[in-house]
Amino acid sequence: MPTTDPTTPAPDTADLAPALGREEATDPFALAGENFTSRLLLGTGGAPSLESLERAIRASGTQLVTVALRRVEASSSGAMLEVLERCGVRLLPNTAGCHTAREAVLTARLAREAFGTSWVKLEVIGDEHTLLPDGVELLDAAEQLVAEGFTVLAYTTDDPILGRRLADAGCAAVMPLGSPIGSGLGIRNPHNIALLRDAVSVPVVLDAGIGTASDAALAMELGCDAVLLASAVTRARDPERMALAMRQAVEAGRLAAGAGRIPRRWHAEASTPMQGLPDL
Amino acid sequence: MITVTVNGAPAELAEGSTVADLVAERSGGHDRVAVARNGDVVPRSTWPTTPLTAGDVVEVLAPTAGG
Repeated sequence: MPTTDPTTPAPDTADLAPALGREEATDPFALAGENFTSRLLLGTGGAPSLESLERAIRASGTQLVTVALRRVEASSSGAMLEVLERCGVRLLPNTAGCHTAREAVLTARLAREAFGTSWVKLEVIGDEHTLLPDGVELLDAAEQLVAEGFTVLAYTTDDPILGRRLADAGCAAVMPLGSPIGSGLGIRNPHNIALLRDAVSVPVVLDAGIGTASDAALAMELGCDAVLLASAVTRARDPERMALAMRQAVEAGRLAAGAGRIPRRWHAEASTPMQGLPDL
Repeated sequence: MITVTVNGAPAELAEGSTVADLVAERSGGHDRVAVARNGDVVPRSTWPTTPLTAGDVVEVLAPTAGG
């Protein structure tokens, strides 16, 4: 793909699919009253350079990217925001690094000040070793932020019951992990993701653990509405190429989910008819 | 002079310094800055009228990449 120049438009997969398929693969993704054509959300963390990040964003076709807040001395602020503005993507601040509801609520309020958006990827982690969500603090923070008018996208475990509680609390989306952040272990419990999908009426976004394109496709096949990933692209050997792979995987998974897979069988079932088999 | 804590380290500021003064000194030109003082957000509109007092704990934050 001739995508080395970051100023050229994002590579398009239109020529790879018939018109009908293309249309189905890009049916609008409604999130908190906004419509997106891309079902791939990209985290900006971990990219080796801003140039690499920009190429990956363009190749991914994403329209929504996560950002964070840190002490000003450690921030990459200005130049990164210029890149994101140039790419025309919407910003979704996160509360990464927060361990308590109090910290997460304050961080969301600060992010609203800094970024001018009330959308927040709510992340309340239980420990540094696993970075797994702390469900108790998470639900507490979600309830407070919803009451304050935030649009809360809750990063959560793959527990369908907690997912339902978050949706009931008014979260705009529930974002279960496939496996721990940055682990690249894929979707460890596909059954739970499918159960969670059925348990809530708000969008479900598979967030964290994606390692490669087939993981993203599986998330969509399980019924997720979108996929959020960062490391799988930004830390790939070739982030731009992986971003395109993820884009196509999400579209392929969406198509497959809509098309309806065949049932799994214990034994073979020939697709070539037995009728008219010659006696040789 | 008063002593406050800014981003985890002690800092000496002139008496009567406001949050706006501190941001001007610390932000390094970043325009999307957010400030927390003693665990609460200080809205941008009130930076010039919010004086800092001895012992305040202030965080001056700016956007960065994140997942």
